[in-house]
Amino acid sequence: MKKSALFAAICVPAFLAAAPLAAKTLVYCSEGSPENFYPGVNTTGTSFDASEQIYSRIVEFERGGTKVQPSLAEKWDVSADGTVYTFHLRKGVKWHSNKNFKPTRDMNADDIVFMFERQWKEDNPYFRVTSPNHSYFGDMGMPALLKSVEKVDDYTVRITLNRPEAPFLANLAMMWASVQSKEYADAMLKAGTPEKIDQDPIGTGPFYLVQYQKDAIIRYKAFPDYFRGKAKLDDLVFSITPDASVRWAKLQKGECHVMPYPNPADLEAMRKDPNVQILEQPGLNIGYLAYQTTKKPFDDVRVRKAFNMAMNKKAIVDAVFLGSGVPAKNPIPPSMWSYNDSIQDDEYNPEAAKKLLAEAGYPNGLETDLWAMPVQRPYNPNARRIAELMQADLAKIGVKAEIKSFEWGEYRKRAQAGEHQMAQLGWTGDNGDPDNFLHTLLGCASAQSASGSNIAKWCHKPFDDLVTKAKVTTDQAERAKLYEQAQVIFKEQAPWFTVAHAVQLKPVRKEVVDFKLSPFGRHTFYGVDIKGK
Amino acid sequence: MLRFILTRVSLIIPTFLGITLLAFFLIRLVPGDPIETLAGERGIDPARHEQLLKEYGLDKPIFVQYGIYLSRVLQGDLGKSMITQEPVLNEFKALFPATVELALCAILFALMIGLPAGIIAALRRNSIFDHGVMGISLTGYSMPIFWWGLILILIFSVQFDLTPVSGRIDVLYYIEPTTGFLLIDTLLSEEEGAFWSAVEHLILPTIVLGTVPLAVIARMTRSAMLEVLGEDYIRTAKAKGLSRFRIVALHALRNALIPVITVIGLQIGVLFTGAILTETIFSWPGVGKWLIDAIFRRDYPVLQGGALLLGVVVMSVNLLVDLAYGLINPRIRHTR
Repeated sequence: MKKSALFAAICVPAFLAAAPLAAKTLVYCSEGSPENFYPGVNTTGTSFDASEQIYSRIVEFERGGTKVQPSLAEKWDVSADGTVYTFHLRKGVKWHSNKNFKPTRDMNADDIVFMFERQWKEDNPYFRVTSPNHSYFGDMGMPALLKSVEKVDDYTVRITLNRPEAPFLANLAMMWASVQSKEYADAMLKAGTPEKIDQDPIGTGPFYLVQYQKDAIIRYKAFPDYFRGKAKLDDLVFSITPDASVRWAKLQKGECHVMPYPNPADLEAMRKDPNVQILEQPGLNIGYLAYQTTKKPFDDVRVRKAFNMAMNKKAIVDAVFLGSGVPAKNPIPPSMWSYNDSIQDDEYNPEAAKKLLAEAGYPNGLETDLWAMPVQRPYNPNARRIAELMQADLAKIGVKAEIKSFEWGEYRKRAQAGEHQMAQLGWTGDNGDPDNFLHTLLGCASAQSASGSNIAKWCHKPFDDLVTKAKVTTDQAERAKLYEQAQVIFKEQAPWFTVAHAVQLKPVRKEVVDFKLSPFGRHTFYGVDIKGK
Repeated sequence: MLRFILTRVSLIIPTFLGITLLAFFLIRLVPGDPIETLAGERGIDPARHEQLLKEYGLDKPIFVQYGIYLSRVLQGDLGKSMITQEPVLNEFKALFPATVELALCAILFALMIGLPAGIIAALRRNSIFDHGVMGISLTGYSMPIFWWGLILILIFSVQFDLTPVSGRIDVLYYIEPTTGFLLIDTLLSEEEGAFWSAVEHLILPTIVLGTVPLAVIARMTRSAMLEVLGEDYIRTAKAKGLSRFRIVALHALRNALIPVITVIGLQIGVLFTGAILTETIFSWPGVGKWLIDAIFRRDYPVLQGGALLLGVVVMSVNLLVDLAYGLINPRIRHTR
């Protein structure tokens, strides 16, 4: 058989009677295999994309935006002090079914409570299933924030917090808060195969999982009983294609309709292809160079300012991002509310930088290190190259910077411990809230912790007061004002040289209708249609 | 013959232990652990890190960990992937057929072209054909696989629309894996057109993966044939007035094949384990890519189990080659 097949492969001219498509099928050339179908323990976009189609959350981000909108909860009330949230759940929300399990009831409060307890209570039988590492639940500060999660009745859930937390709703719209079926979980526990709920998942989302073959394919079908109405597509296929150039070849040929993460070198050809359009949007991210502000010479704001003026940001962004990045002046991206556009970036002026450095007591320049990540990140395509350009610019004001790098895990650990003088790093937003950048990356709490994300180790009371106050303020207009002021202080104090916001580029075939870019980099196919089929 | 087989088999045990040792300790020499690697920019606080290491049994002294690992392996338990939580053996079973299918096609492709080309080149030594074959095979041997794959895709798939770009079968066909070998599964499924779709998808990866073995086999066959053709017994055969075909096919080729078979055996070993680039370019769901991902994610159980299983496969193939060698060349099995 094998021999004859090979013979056929070589000798018979290729032909294929393409079977006519009975249904609207959209093929997405995804970049890799998901870890599993339980977003509570996942951290990668690849895994989130695979689960996004299946599950719903209590609240959700609007398609293509960061605004929080109702989902499994139709409405909610927040107590005056901002610590008690009461969610009123939608009735008649159906679960998918699969070969292991047929649900007997609709989604209700038990499922919502299960979602929290699985990640929160170590004695929950599911706490350790698949993985005990509920990263995002921990990272978003849930264990310290949650006081209680109670079922009031079948369609009402009350969540009490230990303190007011303005970004709480946005946090619940994140993927970690995807709701799984408690009934399915109980049935699988009884059958002795609890991990099945994460491998053969059922959800309440717009598509249900039909087949998953590792490194090859994920197949979904539209769920006819989806609570917002059946999707316009009938079938959704993730064709797993790890190489960016091959994804492009498939897109060109029409073997897939949407592809993520194009190769910058292919962009020009993509723009010329009449069958393809490139959707663009600045991503919710920032790439930066952090000065270790507790160490000499960077404990002096004049040195930091001088460095900021010595490096030619535009040249760096043009050379490294090749049109897929915009120079950054603030620590939050321009698409985020409270972005302070009135701020002037430090101008590129080596002469002034040299003077300022002399004023700070370094007339003959100085020596420092300059760390570069060993890996490509969404906010930085080539940290090493950026470091080289920075090094050359700094040499012009008499600074000798030595480029250093470590294995990626080690790099992050050492940077968080503050072992560097200057280190590049970056951030991709989780929930669209400025708190997730300004407090997480620049607050005092995170500077003082050995594993905090504030690698500038910058703890500046006037700034910290503003962002801490904004965290517990519920009125968004007032919060925006606080964050705008905080960005002014940030610029004056210059704990970072802000490099760039990477632009999200998504080549999509022209027959695809109404695909919207997600600021979080997710790929959502509910609401998308395909022409001419 | 039995003694020969037993000697070969007895060598497997130390090799097996050696593989477990290497696979276990080498990956632990690489800085970073699975928990940290997953954390990304957000990091993980030391207390939680500690707790998770304990959860996965990574806090014990390394020799104790090795002991536990080895005893489980001897009971047939290779553990679960730390990332997907699937048993390593299940993942291997799901992915390995794809690798084997491609490797067998590639080696058959290489043989079907490489053997005749090498033989003819030897018979027409110094002819244009000889120089042509040797030139092309040198080129094939030095071809960067990634570039070669992309070029073929651009020409045959994108430009001329003759072959699909990547994957194992068109997404239209919904084939449940029975044997994992898609050529067989598609025939079993009786879905119209599925088999041909699978065949079409095999063409480019087969050529790309078969290029290096083809070059090696062609060169090896040529030089072995040249050596044999100069032997006394060939002159005797010619003197006896045997036909040219009988001389080449019966007397020369059988002797020339001995080194060629060794090379084929080695190449199969390489193909089963080293098709990483081809698998990546053609989105081929095989074990090569699986292991590379495991290295990046520090997925210890997958790496250890995968290396061990592949080691066993390569050893078995080599054993078979040794046996085949013995069959073809009696001198070898009689050598003590």
